[in-house]
Amino acid sequence: MNRIELTRIPFIKNTLKSRYPQLAVFIVMLVGYIFAILAGLIGTPVGSHNFSIVFVWIAWWAILILVAVPFFGRGWCAVCPIPLPGEWLQRGAILAPPDKRPKWLNLRVPKMFRNIWMQNISFLLLALFSSALLTTPNITGIVLAAMLFVAIGLSAIFERRAFCRYLCPVGGFIGLYSQTAPIELRIKDKQVCVKCVGKPCYNGSDAGYGCPWDVFPGGMTKNTYCGLCMECIRTCPHDNIAVNLRPFSADLAKPTARLDEAFKAFIMFGAAMIYAGVLLGPWGTLKDAAYNVGTGAWFMYAVIFLAIIFIVLPGLFTLGIMTTKGRQSLKQRFMSLSTALIPLGLMFWVAFSLSFVLTNASYILAALSDPLALGWNLFGTANAAWQPMLTTILAPAQTLALVVGLVWSARTAQKVNEAGTSTIPVIVYCFVATSIMLWLLL
Amino acid sequence: MRLHFSLLLLVMAGLVVAFAPLPVPAVAPQERTFEVDARQYAYSPSELKVNAGDTVTIKLVSTDVVHGLYVDGYDISVEADPGQSARLTFVADKPGSFRFRCNVTCGAMHPFMIGKITVGTNDWLYRSIGLASLAVIGFFPLSSFLNQSKKKDERNIAS
Ligand code: SF4
Ligand code: SF4
Ligand code: SF4
Ligand SMILES: [Cu+2]
Repeated sequence: MNRIELTRIPFIKNTLKSRYPQLAVFIVMLVGYIFAILAGLIGTPVGSHNFSIVFVWIAWWAILILVAVPFFGRGWCAVCPIPLPGEWLQRGAILAPPDKRPKWLNLRVPKMFRNIWMQNISFLLLALFSSALLTTPNITGIVLAAMLFVAIGLSAIFERRAFCRYLCPVGGFIGLYSQTAPIELRIKDKQVCVKCVGKPCYNGSDAGYGCPWDVFPGGMTKNTYCGLCMECIRTCPHDNIAVNLRPFSADLAKPTARLDEAFKAFIMFGAAMIYAGVLLGPWGTLKDAAYNVGTGAWFMYAVIFLAIIFIVLPGLFTLGIMTTKGRQSLKQRFMSLSTALIPLGLMFWVAFSLSFVLTNASYILAALSDPLALGWNLFGTANAAWQPMLTTILAPAQTLALVVGLVWSARTAQKVNEAGTSTIPVIVYCFVATSIMLWLLL
Repeated sequence: MRLHFSLLLLVMAGLVVAFAPLPVPAVAPQERTFEVDARQYAYSPSELKVNAGDTVTIKLVSTDVVHGLYVDGYDISVEADPGQSARLTFVADKPGSFRFRCNVTCGAMHPFMIGKITVGTNDWLYRSIGLASLAVIGFFPLSSFLNQSKKKDERNIAS
């Protein structure tokens, strides 16, 4: 149904199926990542001139939230360097064909952790420290290194990519918003899978590893947990895996049915609003509270942050949907209608990031020429003056993003709503949130 | 046909809300001076309001390290050394709300050292909220129209 199969094009198919192009990108990414860790730890303490801050929080963030997630879903996870050392260690190989003996403990992740609550928590932890994290190279370096080592540790203890699937703070929201992307990896024909012996896409074969993300491609209906690692294209003996171009947000026609995923939508929705107020607003007291981690003011900030995300936003949402009656339980309706917050939440992040990225993009040129602030001038741009970019189109672009997000969410609300009940409360909720976001940003 | 017409109507209404000139209340231009203290990482006062046409002087007083003040949209700036003050004078001839921000790296939270100056009224905010309202109001008839035509399609395919 209105899908275009990209893997029909031999060039795309071969590029994805071969391990070499992917490995080449991996190596570049890994080198960049390790360089960012080193720059964070030993480079200048001045954030706006440090490679780690400028490249991670301005350049990478801009590409991730403005391009990669909206258009390629989990595309970033397909090239992300963080899980690689652990995965290579776990496999005992970088390119060699799989050998079935487990190298390490290879345990299954306990059932109580097989959800995204840990990811919700890890994201919130970073979010509460984010003012310090975003601006202090040391902390960025330590956090990047910690992610690498935790991923290695989890690969040694558990099977597959436990870090990506259950803990990575970034992976959690990429997964949530990847549902809106116009790209998907899916099977072509269900019947072929039903008859397939051994299910090598999940269990692995001589041609490649079983799904590192612990997903069975044959049963996949949304992008959330598929890391686009392309193993199943390599292992499927029946050529039954396709990468498709599809309408935006196709996955959102299927309502969320899990509380951890519903709260993920609220966490991201609320965090974007709070960031817009704290980081981009004119209120110095808020910034002090957010930055001075460990002080009384910061604890207050943390409590308010969590209260907005876990009480105020979901509470008002619940009150809103209680005004209409449905056949489903309130909890079910809460979960499925939370799906409507996903497109608007993504657009909140886009609008917030546009401002942050365009005003600070000129640091990229300077940091590129002198990544460690050692007085280098590799490209002659080390002394490029700070200058906000595209200031005249910023405000209209933010309004456009938010209005598009609002309509997109309203449409999603209608799709996931059970037949015969009104979507007006959800749409009003989205409208009020959009107005607040406009007030914070403009 | 009906769909095209209502879409056109909606877009026109959107253009009006976004761009129609508003009557500007005629206020005689004034000279205004603000003393703005700058410290790591805040200005105080951090929100300034002036009328369009006013001649604005900002006396920036830095209380700790070197700070700057750059006004978005006007692309002008001033810097003040620790304990010193510096002046920036300009004619506020562009209406709207603009961020002003520190343009001298002054420490960790420097990129977020931000204040706001509103010249006249913040029209774009009200226009934006108007556009959002219009989008919601237009959404209901359009989506029910889409739903109906989809059902019709499905029936056509089924038969
Ligand atoms: S889940 Fe996190 S660590 Fe894993 S690939 Fe995605 S971004 Fe990288
Ligand atoms: S290996 Fe291919 S055909 Fe077999 S179950 Fe997996 S996707 Fe389906
Ligand atoms: S093996 Fe296939 S289904 Fe599993 S993460 Fe990789 S691309 Fe997605
Ligand atoms: Cu500064």
